[in-house]
Parts: sequence; structure tokens; C-alpha cells
Amino acid sequence: MEKLLEASHVGYSYHTMQGETPALSNINFTVHKGDFLAIVGPSGCGKSTLLSLLSGLLKPEHGSIFLYKPGDCTKAADPKPDSLQTPQDNILSHRQHLNQKSCHTIGYMLQHDHLFEWRTIEKNVMLGLEIQKKLTPETKEMVHDMLKTYGLYKFKDAKPSQLSGGMRQRAALIRTLALKPELLLLDEPFSALDYQTRLTVGDDIGEIIKKEQKTAILVTHDLSEAVSLGTQVLVLSKRPATIKAVIDIDFPDDISALKRRNSPEFKNYFNQIWKELNEDE
Amino acid sequence: MSEISLAQQNFLLTQKKHKRTVTVSRLCIFILFLVIWESAAQFGFIDSFIFSSPSKVFLCAYGMIQDHTLFIHIGITLFETIASFLLVTFFALIITILLWLNKRLSETLEPYLVILNSLPKSALAPLLIVWLGATYKTIIITGISVAIFGSILSLYTSFQSVDPEKIKLIYTIGGKKYHVLTKVVLPSNIPSLFSLMKVNIGLCLVGVIIGEFIASRQGLGYLIIYGSQVFKLFYILLL
Repeated sequence: MEKLLEASHVGYSYHTMQGETPALSNINFTVHKGDFLAIVGPSGCGKSTLLSLLSGLLKPEHGSIFLYKPGDCTKAADPKPDSLQTPQDNILSHRQHLNQKSCHTIGYMLQHDHLFEWRTIEKNVMLGLEIQKKLTPETKEMVHDMLKTYGLYKFKDAKPSQLSGGMRQRAALIRTLALKPELLLLDEPFSALDYQTRLTVGDDIGEIIKKEQKTAILVTHDLSEAVSLGTQVLVLSKRPATIKAVIDIDFPDDISALKRRNSPEFKNYFNQIWKELNEDE
Repeated sequence: MSEISLAQQNFLLTQKKHKRTVTVSRLCIFILFLVIWESAAQFGFIDSFIFSSPSKVFLCAYGMIQDHTLFIHIGITLFETIASFLLVTFFALIITILLWLNKRLSETLEPYLVILNSLPKSALAPLLIVWLGATYKTIIITGISVAIFGSILSLYTSFQSVDPEKIKLIYTIGGKKYHVLTKVVLPSNIPSLFSLMKVNIGLCLVGVIIGEFIASRQGLGYLIIYGSQVFKLFYILLL
């Protein structure tokens, strides 16, 4: 399978006047196209930091993160990549990638939807396109199609506060998908929802991602969510986080996230991850 | 429209009644106040030379409306107040944006802003008049000086209190600092800007009146000072 992202020996520390707090050390993993990587770990272990690093909002202190460009973007790429950070020619280091707005291929979905109350749903989901100046009749059409597909078209002129938590989260996903990201980063996107909504929205969003054939990295503290959505689970240790285990999750392709929860393997995976998490306590 | 149920009708009726009672009571208090004041002056409980009386105030107002002086003075003060209010709003916004854009600048200037804000601005008015001359421009600047530093400080605080996650969102969808400003910080601060404007219009009026106290030949502040000097106290009370 085609490699999409590779993290090698990534480390990061937070600095304050009081001292240094190491958050991540020596993180190595690879994400292939079509993967759904779930990252679990004890709370405060640096999961969100990892996503910020992957998205390019933060720059790793050690090691590097490589993003393998999709074909049509390579010709626009910087002709002389950083010599230290290029194991291959078609790889760009993160900073360079982010400088090229035309090839912005990472979508980041935050814990809360952060829909702006002063915009309608339609304007909210088009915010990214607006900022990147990609608002054309075609992209508008695409956004409208997505709103229709995910049952929000009726609400396109509504204010975010008129929508339920699940609908808001779906709107936030459309906002992220409108930029056609190659890779989706999900930072506990369901944790602000109540349990019932969470299961259905988790299922929904899992389906949407599968249907749009996106690659995703999900950070969560909910083990069952990780097992029900992921194709691979990465278990992190306590801070400073290192990778404790990588567990492949193998379910038949056509089975939904909710159905996964009922299958017999589910419990085994759950227990396996649980054991990894609590090994040294 | 569907038919309104009896309970709803009753509810609406009580609400209406409540509103009417409140309005009538308010009017009564006002009339009672005037009546007591007038009769106290008439029967000599208070010295009408010092405390004036509603009838004198009314006559005075009538006379000034007749020769249009009242409108001229009100117009001048209104113009000065609105001019300084608009300038305060404009400059406060511009300066706050600059401070927000440049953290080093804002940290450097913060103590100065606090000091300037805590200065008794009315004490500045005589200085301004000496420096700038006794024109309406000086009075507008006095009005500005009363409101601007406080506006910058409070607007900057509300700029700072924008949810950092919302700012992060803009960066995650490829925005720059400019987009953070135009898409998040400014729109989310419109309510605080409006509430600030409400406070400022009052502050500007105070500043303008202070300015007019000290140096002017027109305006409400001038009338007040003139009134107190010639013991036409009904002028002041009228205003």
C-alpha cells in the first residue's frame, strides 16, 4: 500500500519558565493510504501534542515527520528539499508542505465543533474554502452535495445553536472535508457528545470517512471507540509518551462501527489494549 | 392563527396589567416630584433663588426655545460629543488591533496605558486648552482623552479572551494571523464593542462638558458655568 505519512524518532517538550516537560519521545510509525489509525493512551500523555505535530501546527524538536505528496502536487513541490530530512525525493518535510497552501492535504478536526455563532451553517462549512480562496461555484456545489448527503441541507441557513450536538459535529466534519484533505486528524471529536449521540455520530463519521476513502488518525481515550473505528491501534505510554504497542484490528470491511462492538473479537481487542495500557501498574 | 386558550388569555391580560401599572407608577413618581418641588418653592420651604422651581425652569426653557439659543448650545455639544465618540471608537479599534498583532508592543505599552487611564482626565483639560487653544477641536480632544485609554484596555482584554481553540481552528484550515483577526477575533468581539460604545457615548459627553466648562462660548458646559456665575441656577437645573 501507498505510504502517506511517516513519523521517525519524533520528540517534543513543552517549555515554561519553570522548566521543561517532555511530552513525546522517540515516536515512530507509518500511515498508509486508507488506514484508520487510532491512538490511545493515558490522559495527559501527549496525544493531542502528537496531532498538532502531525498537522504542522507545532514543529518537532527531535526527529521528523514526512508527508508523502499525492501525485498531482509533486510538480509544485519545492525543488530542493531539506537535505537532512529527505530519505526519498518525493518526500517533503512538514514545514515545506505547509508553506504550499495549494496542496494543503491535512484536515484537522478538533474536540469541539467550534462552529461560529455569527455564521450560518453553510457559511461555517465554507470557512476553510473562504480562507484558502477556493470558493468557486464547483466547490460550493460540492459542499452543498455533502450537506445533502449528510442530512444538513435543510439547516444550511440555520445558526449553529439551533442544531443538535451530533449535527454540529457532522457540520464540523464537512468543514474539514470541504478542503479535500488526503489525511484526516481527529482529536477526540466525539468526547463532547453524550454517550448515545457519540455512538451514532461515531458510526456516521466512520462511514463517511470510509465512503470518502480518506486516511484518518484518531486520538481518543475511549478504547471501545478506538477498536470500533480503527484498522490499527497505537498504544502510548505515560508521559513522556513512547509507543508501547501497535495492534492491528481486523474486522470484515463491510461491517459498521456499531456492529463491530457486537462481534466476539471486539472484547479480545479491547482486553488486549487494556492490558497494554495498564501493564506497569 | 389558532384559537387562544382561556389560560393563555388570562396570562396575557395579567401581563398587560402588570406593564400598565409599572408605567403609571413611573409617571406618578415624576409628577409627584415636580409637585413637591414646586410647592416647596412656592410656600418658602426652600429658597427658590438657590433651588429654583419647576415653573421657572419651564419658563426659562421656553424662552431659550423661542430665541433658538437652546438648540444652538445642544447642537454644539451634540456635535462635539458625537465627533469625539466616533474618533474614540475608531482609534481604540485601530490601536487595539495593532496591540493584538504585536505582542511585544502590547507588553511594552501596557503599563503606560494603565497610567494614562488612571490619570484624572478632567485635570488634563486645562493643559490641553493651553497647548491647543480654546477651539472646538480641543473640546473634542478632551472628550477623546476621557474615553480612549479605558476603551483600548477593555477592548484588548476582550480580544485576548477569544477561545484559543477557535484560533487553532483557523490555523488548522490553513488560515494566517490575518484570518484569525478577520474571521474570529473581530466578529466575536462585536458584542463587546457595542457595549463599550454605550459606555463611551456617556464618557465622551462628560469629557466634552468638562472641556466646555473650561474654555468655550457655546455648548451645554458653557451654559452651566455661565448659569452658576450669574446665579441663574435654573439654567443648570434645566440641563
